[in-house]
Amino acid sequence: MKPQKKGLAVCLTAAVLLLIAALLAGSPGQSESVQEAMRDAVLHSTGQISLFGLMSVNPGMISALLVTALLLLAAVLLRVFVIPRFRYQPGRLQLLLEELVGLFDGMAKSSSPHRNRFLGAYIFSAGAYIFVGTLFELLGLQAVTVHSHPITLPAPLSDVNAAIALGTLSYLVILSGGVASNGLGGVGKTLKEFSLPISMSFRLFGALLSGLLVTELVYYYVALSFVLPVVVGVLFTLLHALIQTYVLTMLTALYYGEVSEPSPKREKKKRLQAENA
Amino acid sequence: MQLPLNISLQQILLHWMNLSILTGGLYFLLYKPVKQFMEKREAYYRDLEEQAADKLAQAEELKAQAQAKLEAADDEIHDERMRAQQAASDAAQEQLAQAEEQARHIIAKAEVEAEQSKERALRESQKEMRELAAKAAKKLAAKPGADFFDQFLDLTEGGGAHEGR
Repeated sequence: MKPQKKGLAVCLTAAVLLLIAALLAGSPGQSESVQEAMRDAVLHSTGQISLFGLMSVNPGMISALLVTALLLLAAVLLRVFVIPRFRYQPGRLQLLLEELVGLFDGMAKSSSPHRNRFLGAYIFSAGAYIFVGTLFELLGLQAVTVHSHPITLPAPLSDVNAAIALGTLSYLVILSGGVASNGLGGVGKTLKEFSLPISMSFRLFGALLSGLLVTELVYYYVALSFVLPVVVGVLFTLLHALIQTYVLTMLTALYYGEVSEPSPKREKKKRLQAENA
Repeated sequence: MQLPLNISLQQILLHWMNLSILTGGLYFLLYKPVKQFMEKREAYYRDLEEQAADKLAQAEELKAQAQAKLEAADDEIHDERMRAQQAASDAAQEQLAQAEEQARHIIAKAEVEAEQSKERALRESQKEMRELAAKAAKKLAAKPGADFFDQFLDLTEGGGAHEGR
């Protein structure tokens, strides 16, 4: 038998043995029903965590702070050790960073040609937050609730408050673009899209929560927690991360570009002023 | 403030603060420096491109100048060649004329010489004839009874040995 086939046979045998062992061992006994587990995953009414002893917050808040700390730490390290060594002929890491910045910068420029400096910076950070935040749940970091129960920290955006915060902040950014370009006219343009913050918030929340619920369901039953989590836990999470990053940043850039487009009257006025000057 | 679905205004504000810090931090630490570097590199290569374009334009100009010089040189060469050909042609023509003149001289001289030779030969033959006639007359005078005319003819035919000489 060839070495490759032998290795494959050993792996398969080990997998089958582990499956049998897991099934025979059974569950230590469920402390809560599946309904309760689902409700907790959505509402976090019982799984709250103390924030520095100041207040109780949802686990998503802790995840959000950790993701932010992680991103800022990575940014500091890159700023100190990598960016000063940038060369005109880029290496792999430099190329990756330039691609990321160029991707969001290009998206901002193509969607909003008139005003895009702040937009590029915002969608870059929002994209990084959503992508890393969604992948964060793969780490499976543990925390202790105020009721002394261990809990796995979820993706920040699976918390409705985080999704609402990101959706409304994106809406405020769009509004700021409208005001900066068109004054009160920009406010009017932005307010016409009054459903935007709700749709953005709940799109994010729904997408992330659905992934969380599927994962919770899979992990709730021992029989399903074999092989299947590789697909639902890793592949779905990666897909979610990519899709949600793209959707939110693209929507924000598109609406920002729409409301920050100078109105013909304003342009005409500017042209007249320039001619007079 | 607690709302349905466990929505908390306080936590939303905390998330806002968190996102603001993240946006500011990422902008100053990562986005801005990387973008600045990309713009710097773009400007560098744009400068290089402009310099190359300038040099190319200069080279094109030099090429055009060289081309013009080449064309002028070609014209000059053509003119020189024409002049040289004309000069050679003139020289040949002159030499031909000289040769013809020389030939005319030679022919004239030859004709004169031939005329002179002819006259000399004529004079000599007349002289010989006179001498022969004198000799014949002498012999006739010395031979009595002979017909003068026949003797003369015999003498003249005997003079063939003189002509054959």
